Order: sequence, then C-alpha cells, then structure tokens
Amino acid sequence: MAPILEMRGITKRFPGVVANDDITLSIQEGEIHALVGENGSGKSTLMNILYGLYHADAGEIVFRGRPTTISDARDAIELGLGMVFQHFMLVDTLTVAENVILGAEPAKLRFVDYRTAVERVEALARDYGLAVDARAKVSDISVGQQQRVEILKALYRNAKVLILDEPTAVLTPQETEELFDVLKNLRGQGTTIVFITHKIKEVLAISDRVSVLRRGRLEGTRDTAETSHRELAEMVVGREVLLRVEKTPATPGETVASVAGLTVRDRRGGVLVNDVSLEVRRGEVLGIAGVEGNGQQPLVEAITGLLRPESGEITLHGQPIHGLGPMAIKKRRVSYIPEDRHKRGLILDYSVADNLILGLHSEAPFVERYLFRNAKEIAEHAEKLVREYDIRPPNPRQIVRTFSGGNQQKVVVAREFSRNPEFLVCSQPTRGLDIGAIEFIHEEIIRQRDQGTAVLLVSAELDEILSLSDTIGVMYGGRIVAVMPAQESDERRLGYLMLGGDPDTAEGAHLDTPAS
Amino acid sequence: MIPQQASLTSRDVLVPVFSVVLALLAGSVFILIVGENPITAYGVLFRESFGSVRNIAATLQRATPLVFTGLAVAFAFRCGLFNIGAEGQLYVGAMVAAIIGVSLTGLPRLIHLPLAVVAGMLAGGVWAFVPGILKAKLGVHEVINTIMMNFIAYFLTDYLVTGPFHGGRWAPETDRVADTATLARLFPPTRLNGGIIIAVAAIAVIYVILWKTRIGYEIRAVGFNPTAAEYGGISVSRNMVLAMVLSGACASLAGVEQVLGVHGRFIQRFSPDLGFVGIAVALLGKNHPVGVLLAAILFGALRTGGAAMDRLTDVPRELIVIIQAMIIMFVAADELTRSLLRRRRPV
Ligand SMILES: Nc1ncnc2c1ncn2[C@@H]1O[C@H](COP(=O)(O)OP(=O)(O)O)[C@@H](O)[C@H]1O
Ligand SMILES: [Mg+2]
Repeated sequence: MAPILEMRGITKRFPGVVANDDITLSIQEGEIHALVGENGSGKSTLMNILYGLYHADAGEIVFRGRPTTISDARDAIELGLGMVFQHFMLVDTLTVAENVILGAEPAKLRFVDYRTAVERVEALARDYGLAVDARAKVSDISVGQQQRVEILKALYRNAKVLILDEPTAVLTPQETEELFDVLKNLRGQGTTIVFITHKIKEVLAISDRVSVLRRGRLEGTRDTAETSHRELAEMVVGREVLLRVEKTPATPGETVASVAGLTVRDRRGGVLVNDVSLEVRRGEVLGIAGVEGNGQQPLVEAITGLLRPESGEITLHGQPIHGLGPMAIKKRRVSYIPEDRHKRGLILDYSVADNLILGLHSEAPFVERYLFRNAKEIAEHAEKLVREYDIRPPNPRQIVRTFSGGNQQKVVVAREFSRNPEFLVCSQPTRGLDIGAIEFIHEEIIRQRDQGTAVLLVSAELDEILSLSDTIGVMYGGRIVAVMPAQESDERRLGYLMLGGDPDTAEGAHLDTPAS
Repeated sequence: MIPQQASLTSRDVLVPVFSVVLALLAGSVFILIVGENPITAYGVLFRESFGSVRNIAATLQRATPLVFTGLAVAFAFRCGLFNIGAEGQLYVGAMVAAIIGVSLTGLPRLIHLPLAVVAGMLAGGVWAFVPGILKAKLGVHEVINTIMMNFIAYFLTDYLVTGPFHGGRWAPETDRVADTATLARLFPPTRLNGGIIIAVAAIAVIYVILWKTRIGYEIRAVGFNPTAAEYGGISVSRNMVLAMVLSGACASLAGVEQVLGVHGRFIQRFSPDLGFVGIAVALLGKNHPVGVLLAAILFGALRTGGAAMDRLTDVPRELIVIIQAMIIMFVAADELTRSLLRRRRPV
C-alpha cells in the first residue's frame, strides 16, 4: 500500500530546544499509526506542523505522492486532515450538533438550518458508531463523549486522516476501550489514524505500526506485531527500564494515621464518602484502588484538611486532626501529592523556586522577621531540590507553566517528599506522565516507605497499585468495599471489586487459591 | 529566551509601548480631519507637558492621584479582584481627611498631617473591606459591590458636604483645612505637592509587599490559582479581604492628596473620574507598580498637554480622551488575543 502521507526531514526549533530534528515519517493509507514518546519528545510539535499550526524550519510534507505546503489549518482540512487536540475546542453552551457544524453550517437563506444539521450529525454518528446525543449540550456530556464530538467535527469536514493527540489522557479505562472500538471502526471504513500516546500498552492494543520519538528525533518505526513492550519501552526511554518496581517486603510499624467512620457529603447532601475506616502504618504503602469518582478524592481531601467531613474521626498518632485546616495538617508532617497538579499542586505562573516553598512559605527559613521573604534561602532550597530530583530544565527561576508534565510533577514530588513526612498521601501521583517519570516517582515512593513513612496511595492505575502497595483497599460507591494484603490480590480480583462486584463472591472465587 | 519569573516580562513592556504608539498614530488621523498638522499638534502636546521644569511639575501633579488609583486597582488585581470602587474609596478618604483637617486645630503639623492622611486611608480601607468580605464569605462578586459602594460614597459625601460639614461659602464645599494639615506645594505656581512623595513611597511599598513579603506571595498565589493556594495552606478569604482593604487604602490617598494638596478642602464631586482612570492606568501599567507610575505620568501628560493643545491649536482637548480610549483598546485587545492564543496552544 502506498503512503498517504509522508513527512521528510522535518526540523523545528524553538528557542533553546530542537523540538523536531530531521524527522522522516510515513503514514500508510488505512492504518492506525501510533506515535509514542515521552513528554517533550516532540510529538505534538510534529503533528502541529502537519496540521499547519507550526511551520517547519526544514523538511517537506508529501500528500498522496505530491509535495504540499500546509500553511494553516484550513489547508490541512482541505487536504482531508482532522485533528483532535488534547484540550478540546468546544463551545460548552452549544449543543453537540451546533459544535460539529460550527464554521461549516448548512444554511438556508443564510440562516443556519438547524434541523438538517442535527440530521447530518446523527447520520454521521450512526455511520461511524460514535454514540452521542446530537441535541445534548456539550457542558452536560462526559469527557469521553466530548472527545467523540471532536472526532465528529473532523469527520464532518471529511477528514481522511485523523490525528489524535493523547486522546486517552483524559479518559477512564472504560472510555479508552470504547475509543479503541471507535478507532477500529473508523479504520474499517478507510480512515487513516495517527494516534499519539505515551502508553506502550495502548500502542500494542490498537496500532498497526508505531513510530517512537525521543528528544525530537525519530528512534524508529516498527510493525506493532513484530515488536514488544520491552523493546518499545527501551526505545522511548533510551535505556533499559524496570517494568516492575524493585522493593523488599514491608516492615510495618505502629499505626500513624487512622480514619474511623468518615462520612463526607457534597453541598446538596449527596454522600461522597460513606463510613470509611482505614489505618496506615509506619513503613507501609496502603493502596486504594478504584475507578475514579468513587469517593477517593473527597476521602483524600478530607484527610488533608481541604474538605470538612460530616462525621467520623481522623487521627495522626492518636491525635484528632479532622476540622484542622490544610496548613495545620501540613505542619504535622503530612505531605500530599494532589491528583490534579494544575488545580491544586502548583501555581503555574510561579517559578519553580516559589512552587517549591508552597505551604512552607510562611515558615523559617523562608521568611524572616515574620514578614519578609528570604530570597537567598528560597533560591538555595530550590537549587538543592532541582538537583536532587533532576528537574529539567534546571532553572529554578523559570515559571512552572513552561515545564513538561513530568517535570511539573517532579516539582510537586520534590516539595512534598523533601519535607520528611511521617504520613504521605499520594493521589494519582503519575497521571499523564511518561515512563521515565513514572519510574522515578515510584522509586521515590518506595524510598519514603523504607524510611518509615506511612504512605496512602490512591490510584486508578491497577499496575501502580499492585506494584507499590503492601496492603490494598478497593473503593466503590464511596465505601472501602474490601481490604487485603497485596499478595492476595491480582488484577482480575481488583477489577471485579472496582466495578462493584460482590466482595464475598470475589472471596469465593479465590477459595481455590491457598489461604494466607 | 527562557521565560523567567520576572515581575515584568519583555512582552509586558512591549505591548503597552506599542499600544501608545498605535494610539498616537490613530489620533493623528483625527488631527488631520480637523485640519491640523499632527506633528505640530503633538509637538505642542509634548512641549506643554514635558518642555520645561514647570510643565513637568504640572504633569507630575496630574499624575499623582492616578498613581494611587492605578496602584489600588493593580494591587487588587494581583489577588484576582477587580476593584471598580476606587472612586468611592477616594471620596470617603477625601471626606475623612477634610473633616480631620478642618475640625482639629492647634495640632503640630507633624501630628495633624499624618493623622489626616492615615484617617483617610482607614476610611478607604473600610470602604473596600465591605465588598471584600462579601466576596470572601458569601462569594458576591466584587464588581457589583464596589460599584454599589461608589454610589453610597457619592451620596454620603454629598450629604456631609452640604450638611454637617458645609463650609462658610455658598458652594458645596467644606471650609479650608488647617495649614497644619496641608501637603506643602513643592513647585509653585504649579499645584504639585507633597502628595507626590507619598505616591513614590506607595509605589515602593506596594512593590515590596507584592514581591518581597510573605503577604505578597500569598496574595499573588490567590490571584493566580485559589485552589492551589488553599492546598498550600493559604487562606483565600483572608487574603482577598486584605487585598481589598489595602487597595482601598491606596485608592483613598488619591482623594486625600486632592483635598490636602490641591483644593485645600473637600469639594462636592471634585474627582474627574480619577478612580476609573486608575483602571486604565493599571491596565496600561500591566498591574506593575513601575508600569503604573509610567502610565500615570503618560495620562498626566496627556491631560496637561491636552489643555494647552486645545488653547494653542485647532485640536480640541477631546482628542486626549480619544487617545486614552485607543490606548486602552489596544492594550485590552492584546490581552484578548493572548488569552485566545493560550487556550489554543495544544499541550
Ligand atoms: N510553542 C512553543 N514554544 C517553545 N517551545 C515549545 C513550544 N511548543 C513546544 N515546545 C518545546 O518543544 C519540545 C517538544 O514539545 P512537544 O511537541 O509538545 O512534545 P510532546 O507532545 O511530545 O510532549 C519541548 O521541549 C517543548 O518545551
Ligand atoms: Mg504533547
């Protein structure tokens, strides 16, 4: 089969970085081509060049054998390219159909013919198996459905090549499955798909071929059927990687944190956390598995003082801490990696140095004479942590917004871990990160554990829970439905419980395995 | 070209300068329409605002109150708050300063003047505290409440200046404040007064608070990202109230300066929209104290030079209003494009 699209010798420089370095890539018609690489490896840049949003410094684009210039998105759309960005570009207050037709409205006497629009969008959705209600308001539908709207937008404009930039980063595991079905369906109908991700599992699950980028260069292209998880991981990271965290068995000590009968309600009185009790011991990782939205976040926020529980007790070394504010709880040597680093963990417009003191900013040595910032101490603190945690680029004065996701998360981790916490709460600590950063953060969590920290780890990634935890709890519908030693759990059993399976039946299913 | 966390980026400097140039260019079209030569007209404008020490003094005098209101708006903005109430705050500040200045006598200047100034600031602070606390505790938008407080300030001072504190003359104004409470004239016959010294001090103080203190760190954190601030143990509500109070105190100094340094008394509705022009000053000055100073001087110069241009050429002084509006438009349009760009930039 002939390539529908070739990028030849593409180079793109940004101040201080070569984002794409002489990349040559060819996309076959009708394939799902995965583009994989760590954050900052140049995937988005390459696709933005293809879509006419950036202009290459060198190189050419060949479409169906003919050299083409794509100077803006309009050119790209005319060629039959469609792009789904990681951050959707939808108008929340409009309906699905209105969003799809926006800018290309069917018109009758210059009025938008809304009925035709809905019909066309519904037909399109039906043809491609993209279940979504054309009349629903975008603000009312889920993220997964919003993504479908973006795909529909591209298809409505007759996209023959569909580019998706990290489409799964915002999806739950179920939604990811559904997206894969949609993509396979599209491929079946002749659409060519470029699928950007940094998850190798997804590459193996969906793609026909895969190209790996590392530091702006093309490491190589492989037929998915002929490569392996290990080979791709090495190409992505550029060295051998540990696919499992190496750790010794835990030696738990006394209970550090305990939660008893905790109930949290939302403003309308709906129960978010329902009578939860748990204990975290010194030198132990308690993992809480669960599909997101089953009360993990309110649980964690209640523990860290960001949410006020309705009832129940939270104690630290036997002292009650519920009802204290986040500052008071921090001062008791509780560290917290929040699940949303942009919303909670970082002030994106602050420098690395200023982010590294968030929460410590009112304490000595960062403040002197009660009021004045000690610039020298702040800078030294930052330089030390940037070095220790290998934050790149190593410039403490640079604002955090300009860093890659992995390095942003390293800033949070550096700040929270370097305080020598007694109790460490980690919520989705590696969300959206690439393999290298995940490996690093996992090692740091285990190091904390080995130093005697009590760790509460909340994650929707089963791999993460299974590889780090010593004890595993499963949260479903606001409750902890089961707690078990890590050795007695496996992916199947946790998956079953996470989806609301009956814990007793799950126990039953395990009767044939030797009891511990 | 690594983006640094500087208080001002090169872009923050380029955009306002560019906007001013564009506005002047656009203004020259209007000058041509009224049949004058733009170069001549702008020459007059420049000469009359900066051409001599005396003209510079007059420009600085016009700039002084705008420094206060500009700083006030900028400071609140750093905490994510839009203080449209500088006008009301400066009126209550002016009134309280006038009352202290008129009713107390026999005090030494060293006590009387600071007392009047501080009392005025307190009044402005209290005036801004109300919308601040309503925002922090009840989530009522500060724009609504600062506007409401403006009206209360207008009518309250209307009442006070025509009622209890009405002076001996028929006009709606108080008596002259005691000599011991006046801000000395620095460069007669211009009305440049000691207020400019307070203004320079205010610039320094606001700068230090914002970037050199724990309070500034917290206030800016709340302005950038309140949820992350909360996570960092920073009280969002306390900092919002604090930012509003300091903003109000700063705005009130504009009124204090007008009463103690310019008019010598409180005159009903004396302010030529100083509080609202402060919004433009903050916008053009990119909410930075130094930017505010420069923007205030520019606006001061336009007002001084504009009056002369009106006298000496066929160009009406309304041209100044047009130029001011254009400047704001260009600066604001940039914010718009930039926020659009930020949203579109794929990650
Ligand atoms: N608009 C831009 N200006 C400056 N640098 C950029 C810009 N876009 C991307 N970069 C830099 O180019 C490199 C590649 O980024 P990107 O293509 O977004 O990577 P990926 O999508 O693989 O995570 C990074 O170092 C990033 O910081
Ligand atoms: Mg990207």
